[in-house]
Amino acid sequence: MSLKNKIKDNKSSWYFLFAIIFIYVCIGIINPTIGINSLLFFIEIAYKIIPIFIIVFILMTLSNYFITPKFIIKHLKSKGLKKWFFVIIGGILSSGPIYMWYPLLADLKDKGLNYGLIACFLYNRAIKIPLIPIAIFYFSWTYVIILMIVMIFASIVQAILLNKLIKNEK
Amino acid sequence: MKSKIEKLKEKRPNLITAISKAAKGLGNALPMIFGTILLVSFLSTIIPKSLYTQLFSKNVLLDSIIGALIGSVSAGNPITSYIFGGEILSQGVSLIAITAFLVSWVTVGIIQLPAEATILGKKFALLRNLSAFILSIIVAIVTVLILGVF
Repeated sequence: MSLKNKIKDNKSSWYFLFAIIFIYVCIGIINPTIGINSLLFFIEIAYKIIPIFIIVFILMTLSNYFITPKFIIKHLKSKGLKKWFFVIIGGILSSGPIYMWYPLLADLKDKGLNYGLIACFLYNRAIKIPLIPIAIFYFSWTYVIILMIVMIFASIVQAILLNKLIKNEK
Repeated sequence: MKSKIEKLKEKRPNLITAISKAAKGLGNALPMIFGTILLVSFLSTIIPKSLYTQLFSKNVLLDSIIGALIGSVSAGNPITSYIFGGEILSQGVSLIAITAFLVSWVTVGIIQLPAEATILGKKFALLRNLSAFILSIIVAIVTVLILGVF
């Protein structure tokens, strides 16, 4: 199995779910009170977050529809400060699995994108616009906005640091 | 003949493709999300809140290091980390530890490290992940400090 397929493999998620269900079945037999209380807790959380999932789904659809790799790559080719701006925005808006972006970034590196900007792009991928509703639900608006701003600054720090540590090689 | 990268660059989805891609993305994450919620529910039922407060000593640096370490070795859709982080926050775990956990979950990629090293270079991959780990601790401390001001 290739590395890409290994990363893509979703089976482990199902194994994880089945393992947890198995634990619930065992607990339900050994101590039904704990099993029932845990299930009630689960229903309470699931009930709270289902409406948030609908918003997440809509945002994911919009992001898939409007933001294409072509759109991002086009803007990553800008110059000067504009390049930094588009690298940050490109990272935030990029979607899909991270390994999909490695070959594209390697391609852009050959066309002049330095290691710092690649790191900056990858760091900003951590900010997921479609997932903001669920982050706000748990941590508040203020927290999410502050975290996003601090993370953008951290991505710039990381970019400068990596540019100093690694010489760009063709 | 066009390379895979060229084909990918040219891809422009229609609305149906965008919807099915979103459904697939969320659908793939669902087993992990439900598993996490079930696990959190179970742990919340059996573990007394005092244990979390014992594990996280309220030492800013130590808490953020523990959070970042757990986040770094974890993998999967970030939505799972929000749910897990949000639920254990109510169990008494410090916000600094949770922030470091959330940030390292998405910025440090131990599982993707071999792929990243192969395609973008070993030195780059190692330095990027190491600096991302350290930054997750700094980001956590700075975020919670600023949050305290507001």
